Amino acid sequence: MDQRRAPVYEALEKHRSDRIVHFDVPGHKGGRGNRELTDFLGPKCLKADVNSMKPLDNLNHPVSVIKEAQLLAAEAFGAHSCFFMVNGTTAAVQAMVMSACKAGEKILMPRNVHISAINALILSGAIPVYIDPGINNRLGIALGMSIDDIKRGMEEHPDARAILVNNPTYYGICSNLREIVRLAHSRNMLVLVDEAHGTHFYFGDDLPVSAMEAGADMASVSMHKTGGSLTQSSLLLCGENVNCGYVRQIIGLTQTTSASYLLIASLDLARKNLSLNGKEIFNRTIELSEYARKEINSLGGYYAFSGEIINKDCVYDFDITKLSINTRDIGLAGIEVYDILRDEYGIQVEFGDLGNILAIVSAGDRAMEIERLVSALYEIKRLYAREPSGMFELNYINPDVVYTPQKAFFASKKSMRIKDSKGRVSGEFVMAYPPGIPVLAPGERITEEIIEYIAYAKEKGSLLMGPQDMMIENILVLEG
Amino acid sequence: MDLWFTEYYTKNARFSIRINKPVISVESEFQRIDVLDSYLFGRILVLDGYLMLTEKDEFIYHEMMTHIPMAVNMGIRDVLVIGAGDGGVIRELTKYDSIRRIDMVELDKLVVDICREYLPQTSCKLDDPRVHIYYEDGLKFVRRKSDEYDLIIVDSTDPFGPGEGLFTREFYGNCYKALKGSGILVNQHESPYYPNDARAMQRAHKQIRSVFPVALVYQAHIPTYPSGHWLFGFASKGLDPIADLDPGWDSLGFKTRYYNTELHKGCFALPSYVKELLENA
Repeated sequence: MDQRRAPVYEALEKHRSDRIVHFDVPGHKGGRGNRELTDFLGPKCLKADVNSMKPLDNLNHPVSVIKEAQLLAAEAFGAHSCFFMVNGTTAAVQAMVMSACKAGEKILMPRNVHISAINALILSGAIPVYIDPGINNRLGIALGMSIDDIKRGMEEHPDARAILVNNPTYYGICSNLREIVRLAHSRNMLVLVDEAHGTHFYFGDDLPVSAMEAGADMASVSMHKTGGSLTQSSLLLCGENVNCGYVRQIIGLTQTTSASYLLIASLDLARKNLSLNGKEIFNRTIELSEYARKEINSLGGYYAFSGEIINKDCVYDFDITKLSINTRDIGLAGIEVYDILRDEYGIQVEFGDLGNILAIVSAGDRAMEIERLVSALYEIKRLYAREPSGMFELNYINPDVVYTPQKAFFASKKSMRIKDSKGRVSGEFVMAYPPGIPVLAPGERITEEIIEYIAYAKEKGSLLMGPQDMMIENILVLEG
Repeated sequence: MDLWFTEYYTKNARFSIRINKPVISVESEFQRIDVLDSYLFGRILVLDGYLMLTEKDEFIYHEMMTHIPMAVNMGIRDVLVIGAGDGGVIRELTKYDSIRRIDMVELDKLVVDICREYLPQTSCKLDDPRVHIYYEDGLKFVRRKSDEYDLIIVDSTDPFGPGEGLFTREFYGNCYKALKGSGILVNQHESPYYPNDARAMQRAHKQIRSVFPVALVYQAHIPTYPSGHWLFGFASKGLDPIADLDPGWDSLGFKTRYYNTELHKGCFALPSYVKELLENA
């Protein structure tokens, strides 16, 4: 196929030059009905905000230009088929889980999955079997899954239908995906891959293996994160073992019937750009982030980690485009550095937790922005550094899943003091950052160990989130 | 032929100079560089459409950036100049025998090459043996330096292009670190008049004030810059530009056309609306 084509974009351009008179939605009619919005976004943008029509195809039942654009994307990503998603990678992850598992069926997943995957369990009624992701206590982050743990999980749950893998995690850590595919397929399990942070794996050199190349069955790819499409647009890729007609029906359960052509066209053009220039774009990204890492590590006090944390087990590979910086040795929490960068230096980074900040580097950056970040980090160290505080050690607690997340989510619940909740079944999430994994998910038994863990994490300043009670004094538990 | 160079000060105000002939026009990695011959202002240098200097009035800018700090600390030995590809600041600095090193950091080598060839009036001293030219990002250069310079002069373009990084808090902070205990930072500080320039001026002042204990602003009248009213920043770790003015400067016997020590004392007195802008920065 000709990757220089962009069928949806081309159809929209033709539609614009045809000067069609609109007696259909959207009611702003090319922006004329909303001047202020048109001034803000520009007339070209509003004119491209149109509804499905014959020459523009329909995302829910693609037969012409969208179908063609999806085929081009499938080819570009080495997939058997591809779906354009307009409700984020969240919808793609949910479609993967719901396509693979029906209610009551089991799915293996690392405990540090994205919230969208656990929400997918609430929607589908599938039963999670969690795998210990391993924790690096020096950095305070959750890692990948070790093959031994996966094997054990598969042996203990031979009836599981699928395994979900992060490729990579938020911090750029990858599990041994090829081996996971081999193990899963030998047991007739599907391999679902959350590649929200892995679009570039399909195009750059010296990057970890992508899901499709590793032979996985489905992958959710956030084109908008590092691929250059608009926020909320995403791709769902499928391998040849997947019934894509069924996947389309699953997507249709929750997907809008008025899909935005701005998002669809942005996927089309981003795919074209990545196909033609992706290698160069991501090589430039790698160059910038490697340079930044080298400079930041030479400042002292900061640790911008990289490939040296690879241990061929729960850190099987590392995505060197990610610029994660551990701030522990300057005595500041990552979140404090995040705030100072934003408030004092006008620099917005992606994320700050107790021990780290994460900066997203892309081909959109110039050397100047990198210099600003490095210089600001130096200044923060010079002006704000304190004596490092004590280590913060957290171990993995294997959850006791009593009910499915779905059953627990919809059950009658009542609030009680966390310290008195031993033995009850949790009705809500408790997330702890670090290390960014749930302490409790809906349907899990609250143990003495968990109550102590929550108290310890709170005392150490870990960010706890999830419960309705923002002070994390009380928790909703299942009645009865 | 009726040929004009026009710079827009705002969407609704512009300034034009009648041009005799274009001299050279090139696109560098960072910006577009034009040199034009005008009837009234002599040869002019234009970067990305913004007038940087004219042969006729460049002396005002370059004298005011250089002699103000030099007259406050006549013991200045090591100077860092950031930007200044046209060489005008360097020309003024090389008048001082007391200076032993001038490090000049310019991002765009092509600007220097073009000025060497077409603007000898300003670039004439770039080959002085005390001058060391580094073609790199100013922020990157300065953040590797510590306790090394007596004076840093930031002769940058506006903060909406390649010069953006030179108007940031991290840049000023790293300059502070690169300066010795008696160090002075002088910078191009934009204009208080047109709203966009005034906002840039306020932002720069706010950042400098947060880093340096002494952060003052002085002014000059530059006919070919937007509104003609231009500001400079004087920041230091302690030296005061008026109280510490060295009366010995006059005995150096420099023939300056704009700067003199009487004006030195007066140029820190600012119009009320400018004081207000600075206070509210």
